[in-house]
Amino acid sequence: MRYAETGYNLEIDLATGNIERVETDPKLMELHLGGLGTSVKLHWDRVPPETKPFDAENLLVFSTGILNATPAFSANRSVVTFISPQSELLAYPMMGGFWSAELKYAGYDKVIFSNKSPKWVYIWINNDKVEIRDASHLVGKGALETQFLIREELNEPRAQVAAIGIAGENKVFTASIEQGRSSASRLGGGAVMGDKKIKAVAVRGTKNDIHLAHGAEFMEHMMDMTKYINFRRENPIPGVMTILSGIGSPQEMLHTDEKWHTENFSWGNARTRRRGFWDERISEEWPRVQLEGIKRLISCFNCPQQCGALISYKDTPRYMAKCFGKLTYAMASYVDKMEFAWTTLQRATEYGVDSFSTPQILAFGIELYEAGILTDKDFAGAPTDKEGRFVWLLDRVARREGIGDVLANGTYWAAKEIGNGAEEYAHNNIKKHEQLPLKLGMLDPLYYLMYSTNEKISITQIEGNWPQGAFPTLEQREEFVKDWPQLPNEYMKQWLLDWEPRGEKGIPHFPTPDMCCEIVDWMEMLHNIDDACCVCAGMSSFCLKPPYHIHNYPKIISAATGLDLDEDSLKKIVNRSRNLHRAYNNRLGMRRKDEKPPEDHWKRRFPELEEELLSTYYRYKGWNQDGIPTKERLHELDLDYVTEDLEKRGILKDGQD
Amino acid sequence: MAKIKKKIKTITVDADKCNGCRGCEIVCSGFHSIPKYSTINPARSRIQVVFRPLEDIWLPIFAGEYSPAECMGREKYLIDEKNYDECEFCRASCPARDRFKEPDSGLPLRCDMCEDEPELEQPKCVEWCINDVLVYEVREEEVDEEESIDDVEIGLQSLVDKHGLKKIVETFTRMSQKD
Repeated sequence: MRYAETGYNLEIDLATGNIERVETDPKLMELHLGGLGTSVKLHWDRVPPETKPFDAENLLVFSTGILNATPAFSANRSVVTFISPQSELLAYPMMGGFWSAELKYAGYDKVIFSNKSPKWVYIWINNDKVEIRDASHLVGKGALETQFLIREELNEPRAQVAAIGIAGENKVFTASIEQGRSSASRLGGGAVMGDKKIKAVAVRGTKNDIHLAHGAEFMEHMMDMTKYINFRRENPIPGVMTILSGIGSPQEMLHTDEKWHTENFSWGNARTRRRGFWDERISEEWPRVQLEGIKRLISCFNCPQQCGALISYKDTPRYMAKCFGKLTYAMASYVDKMEFAWTTLQRATEYGVDSFSTPQILAFGIELYEAGILTDKDFAGAPTDKEGRFVWLLDRVARREGIGDVLANGTYWAAKEIGNGAEEYAHNNIKKHEQLPLKLGMLDPLYYLMYSTNEKISITQIEGNWPQGAFPTLEQREEFVKDWPQLPNEYMKQWLLDWEPRGEKGIPHFPTPDMCCEIVDWMEMLHNIDDACCVCAGMSSFCLKPPYHIHNYPKIISAATGLDLDEDSLKKIVNRSRNLHRAYNNRLGMRRKDEKPPEDHWKRRFPELEEELLSTYYRYKGWNQDGIPTKERLHELDLDYVTEDLEKRGILKDGQD
Repeated sequence: MAKIKKKIKTITVDADKCNGCRGCEIVCSGFHSIPKYSTINPARSRIQVVFRPLEDIWLPIFAGEYSPAECMGREKYLIDEKNYDECEFCRASCPARDRFKEPDSGLPLRCDMCEDEPELEQPKCVEWCINDVLVYEVREEEVDEEESIDDVEIGLQSLVDKHGLKKIVETFTRMSQKD
């Protein structure tokens, strides 16, 4: 009996049309749990480092996690893995929704796509019946429209469909995979899907029961969690922003006060901070128009949060939205109208593009034009008003027309191609990928490490459980630490108590490099557990005082899977997968030189301290000074086969520290 | 006929509050698995959420009585500019559709309000629903005494309706001999 997982993957060879249901090795769960963990192992075993993003050999893997389809709250993420066309590293964007649960009830843990289809297809997984179907009639259709048309065509309203829009068809590097109210957006999964000519993957599952090893005990844990969720709802964390004070990731559809985001982020392509933006007019208009647009707040599978919404705004076709996309287009374009946000987001969602990178890329294009680096020739035919021009550019990017074809590769690659000083404008990237448009004053040692070293390279990074900044008063700190069971070690409370907003006990020198290592490693570990379980980070790693944490996770996973886990053994499993991921990216060329935040992320930088932070963290992680796991570390994690491979390739040298 | 006191159990569905997480389906299927919570599969749930997100339709429906034959006519509803499909509000497990049938055997499913020993305070779906979409009420009414049909008999009757009594008896006999 396999518990929590189905024990089967679906292998689809797009070149031959061969479809196989393949039983997986039960040992893999003990070694890597599931989700991102087992997917990384799959890529390591099967995709050699010579592989380029658009090679047929680049696998595209849709994976569920170990807790999907169980009653675990918010275990609804699907993790999509592939070598990214943008970063050229192993990317793993995730999406919430219902797709992963449906896949497990159909009887599969992962869908593994190899090679490329000669013509446009979509995949229909209906329990044990799996078909590759013609999608030629869907080419050019929007991502949401495609989902609707497929459900109609299959006469199966309960099918969950993950689809690409025309941006994915055109291999735009920021193309997303859209699914209902959710999307796997970062790092170009939609482009790889488009390259393989998969328009959509539809799934309906009814025949596969998910077995829990100790079901009654599992439910006890969930009932405890319900109590905590209710407690937190009634008792928001004091002293922090509203969006951080409750359960969940910032529920952007629910919250209407956007003073903090709009005034603290740098808009355009991470260029200007707009202090005073949330003035009398905006603070009346934006919340009002936001609420006018929201027809209903909606959740993902088995989730108490309400991060998403059905948007029905005037004549704009209905769509679903979540998160921060409600702000990014209007703010990046300097069109100070919430109406523009709703209408542009609809267009972008149908195109299927990432709403974090894409607005920055468009703003980057406009900035280059204003600086004379791009010319009237590049913008021939563009409207002259801000709104019209921004949307015109979005259309060009999604269709890869004219200058849009260059910008569609993201700011890093576009700047290289455009030259003539464009590189200076592509100033907000880590590992070739657009980051949160945030420009701050003083170097933050914790964020320095998170930004530099994690493989996620995307919006949430690996932050979450540790407060974003020091509390101004000791009373506030005492209040915060007295109710903090999520912390891995009691002594860390003292670090928070000692942490001041400025001065000797403030950033950049405090927390000390050693403390920073422990804090960052803890937060990263939680993200890695979430990603193996496919639990939403909003209920765990990306949330202050979350319902899931290192002390209850081992019990929950053990009750579901039958594994006998404690904190150390769970930590070892996710460290194994995390180091395998790092070694994989090392094989793809990633080194210390790549591990750096944007130059202007902070005004005040401390090169020596930064080097010390990175070196200390590498040692803490068991990596050598080039950021590669050492032989000893790999041995501890039962990854001797990785050492062997890295040594064979000359990436790890014998005796190298 | 003698009068007896009967507990009437109702669940009020405030569909406007539903945000479609389908937690009710999950907990229902788990509670009714044997042993409890050993397996999860919403297709076995006795509550099903009808959802068509772009039409703003999220509608939890509870499994009602098994019906051996489909209705003579079908109904459609138009409420608040939303079109509900044929039979959308119907709670019956019937031959016209797949809803409220075990996905493997096709046996009918019926909401039993989570009958249990000791009795639960409220059905699990009500307890689990975090948005208060489902509100449980119990009241007592005087009703005529009647024979109750238990779940096994309902299941058997549906098999008889589908395959005929003879086939069921033959299969039962053959299975008994195997044991």
